Amino acid sequence: MYDAMQAETVTIGGHGGDRIEAYLARPLGPGPYGAVVVIHHLPGYDRESKEFVRRFAAAGYLALCPNLYSREAPGADPDDAAAQVRAAGGIPDERLVGDVAGAAAYLRELTSSNGRVGVIGHCSGGRHAFLAACNLPLDAAVDCYGAFVTGTVPEDFPLAVTPIVDQAPNLSCPVLGLFGNDDRYPSPDEVAELDAELTRLGKEHEFHSYDGAGHAFFGPDRPGYRPEAAVDGWAKIFDFFGRTL
Amino acid sequence: MCTYLTVKAGMQGSGKGAQGWFPVTDASVYVDHPVHAPFGHTVNVDFLNPELGASARVAVELTEESARALADALLAALDAAPAGLASATATPPPGH
Repeated sequence: MYDAMQAETVTIGGHGGDRIEAYLARPLGPGPYGAVVVIHHLPGYDRESKEFVRRFAAAGYLALCPNLYSREAPGADPDDAAAQVRAAGGIPDERLVGDVAGAAAYLRELTSSNGRVGVIGHCSGGRHAFLAACNLPLDAAVDCYGAFVTGTVPEDFPLAVTPIVDQAPNLSCPVLGLFGNDDRYPSPDEVAELDAELTRLGKEHEFHSYDGAGHAFFGPDRPGYRPEAAVDGWAKIFDFFGRTL
Repeated sequence: MCTYLTVKAGMQGSGKGAQGWFPVTDASVYVDHPVHAPFGHTVNVDFLNPELGASARVAVELTEESARALADALLAALDAAPAGLASATATPPPGH
């Protein structure tokens, strides 16, 4: 089996036509391959996010992660860029949608693309994946413990984010949701609220919540890592993308 | 969790970052996931100079106990010194 792949930094057109940095990994066979836009978490366009990108390429997908912090901190270390963006309250939803749109367009134009594009994100990226799927024509979306899709933002938190469940009627594709029952953001109640709303709207979705797992259980370098949940979650992600992309 | 909650303070002083010393103009304090410390959440303090860019940053990630100990230590050190000695308005003594 020919399994060569290539991973590299590229420049893509993002929101408003801005040129932004992105990390591309792709199998080098002729395809056609499905494609995945990886939305990095709040800590930024970091090594872990790039590892996710390569994992999708190794599994036979064209994968691209736009650096959502390209504009604020070009060339800075990912943690420094994240600190700057975090201090400013995150990135605007509209810009996120534009950057994912640019990434999806880039992937569809690759000669080995089959034209189908999914999106996945963790933490803040989970909310972003849902947001993108409500605003762009996509073929699949994976929300890994994204907070503030549903629920209410606590009054004493000067959050720059707002719940987006009101956009669910516009959802363009099936959704896979992976959550931890020990998480507080999103809480099991908030996950249940989103599940019920998507059911009410007749939106195709499947949610899985893991006992003994909290926020960020996919991150192998962090104390929140839960190998059983992460291994099962990865299997569900590849099963889902295998059916939808 | 990602709280986004950030307490900010204006600063006058200097910090030593990856590029060497720079004037510190701002501090950000927040409780969130650390980048490096082996805990689920930490108190994170960034000493910054936004005008110099994102890399002008001295970052620490502390446990709650450590952060409170640091706050106490800062106050104890100040209390042990003559009032105003380290103030921005203090003038150096002649010949110093």
